[in-house]
Amino acid sequence: MVDKKKISLNVNGVTYDREIEPRTLLSDFIRHHLDLTGTHVGCEHGICGSCTILMDGLPVRSCLTFALQAEGKAIETVESLDTNGELSPLQNAFWENQGLQCGFCTPGILMSMKAFLKHNPKPNRDEIREALSGNLCRCTGYHDIVDSVVAAAEAAISSGTAKA
Amino acid sequence: MKPANFEYFRATSLDHACELLRAHGDDAKILAGGQSLIAAMNYRLARPQFLIDISNIDSPSEITDESDGVRIKATTTQAIAEHDPVVRRRLPVLANALEHIAHFQIRNKGTVGGSIVNADPASELPAMSLLLDAEFEIQSASDKQVMAAEDFFITYMTTALQSDEVLISILFKAPPENSGWGLHEVARRAGDFALVGSAAIIALDDGGKCSFARVVLFGVASTPVRATEVEDALLGQSCSDALFAEAAKKVSEVVDAESDVHVTDEYRGNVAEVLTVRALADALSRAQAAS
Ligand SMILES: Cc1cc2nc3c(=O)[nH]c(=O)nc-3n(C[C@H](O)[C@H](O)[C@H](O)COP(=O)(O)OP(=O)(O)OC[C@H]3O[C@@H](n4cnc5c(N)ncnc54)[C@H](O)[C@@H]3O)c2cc1C
Ligand code: FES
Ligand code: FES
Repeated sequence: MVDKKKISLNVNGVTYDREIEPRTLLSDFIRHHLDLTGTHVGCEHGICGSCTILMDGLPVRSCLTFALQAEGKAIETVESLDTNGELSPLQNAFWENQGLQCGFCTPGILMSMKAFLKHNPKPNRDEIREALSGNLCRCTGYHDIVDSVVAAAEAAISSGTAKA
Repeated sequence: MKPANFEYFRATSLDHACELLRAHGDDAKILAGGQSLIAAMNYRLARPQFLIDISNIDSPSEITDESDGVRIKATTTQAIAEHDPVVRRRLPVLANALEHIAHFQIRNKGTVGGSIVNADPASELPAMSLLLDAEFEIQSASDKQVMAAEDFFITYMTTALQSDEVLISILFKAPPENSGWGLHEVARRAGDFALVGSAAIIALDDGGKCSFARVVLFGVASTPVRATEVEDALLGQSCSDALFAEAAKKVSEVVDAESDVHVTDEYRGNVAEVLTVRALADALSRAQAAS
């Protein structure tokens, strides 16, 4: 039996102190220890992208990260996007353009696209498709997802904020 | 929770990692980006007793411009190397190869050293280290050595690195002045491991004849392989599509692929030849543009 370790992790601006087994994946820590169930888990092998979160602003697979490795980093999950229940422009674009059906893949896509649009605020459709290639969706055929990302980029530009 | 349990140690430097490896012996493993190791642990294909995390050492990502090439610290993430201006200027083929690894979310954690030590024969960076005559700086708690890439890869996911050794940095040598490069691979979907890949570098002399040729294939044998017979067929010759088509036939000398769930061995051989022709053609046009 391996001893539990104390961990202090900053998630969405809040510091959480817990005791965990070292093998706890960051995805499981977020879901089971913090009850932040917006981060979804599909494959646990890095392929589907549904568990994507931001670590120090960069999108990474939370299923291929141990929670202990994330100590000292700023973690952002899908729960960080809205402001008191008001959807962010990126979330709103997905809502308006039917960018989801069942919604399983959506949290990972939103976190990937948040980072992508920051890095490339005026992407064309090909660049968006390429950027979406690390997130699998079983429902939508991607067309509406691409439309949503286009709309999010346009909304950010017309409102004069590069913030997605 | 899928992985088996382990004890976790966070190294503060690569020297510290060597000490921790010595203290914990054969049951300890280095954890870098975790993009191969944690996946293997989630499948329980790997069950290390001790993990030594080098992803949180002080200044993990370091890239230095040296006279004969570019030195990359093993813990540098693939994403940082891919966007680094020195890498893009001096080793454009390496920058291009990095873009082919998985997806950006995975390159944000996966490291240059981790990919090389992992030694998947279908992966890009082991092939790049053969193409660019890389030298590996290797260290244990008691010893240091420099090893050439051609001595490093032994077989499928197996290298000459001993269990107490850490890969510290990789020196990728800059190709000759006025050379050009080509890199082509075939994968099922964007971001998948390549089924087959081929990379080439060509330089021309003043008379337009091939003065330097380097061809490396990946995904076609148990390690990445240099196709020296193809290179020999090019040296001293005037480059043309016909010459490339003839020379590329010699890839069959190094293709030692078995059929698998993805494709047959015959397919791999044919594609290796076609991709080599394309890589050579790109290398030639870039070499012509450079001279
Ligand atoms: C969905 C998916 C798709 C992928 N597609 C590709 C692809 O197309 N091409 C490709 O090349 N790769 C691909 N990969 C693998 C990815 O590139 C990994 O990042 C890389 O293979 C391992 O690097 P890492 O830093 O994550 O190493 P880890 O997973 O942490 O370690 C890998 C191995 O190397 C050892 N190790 C790591 N660093 C050192 C060191 N400095 N010294 C000694 N030992 C060390 C570890 O002990 C372990 O055995 C893919 C991965 C996923 C999940
Ligand atoms: S659950 Fe992490 S990538 Fe699929
Ligand atoms: S909306 Fe159902 S998986 Fe994408």
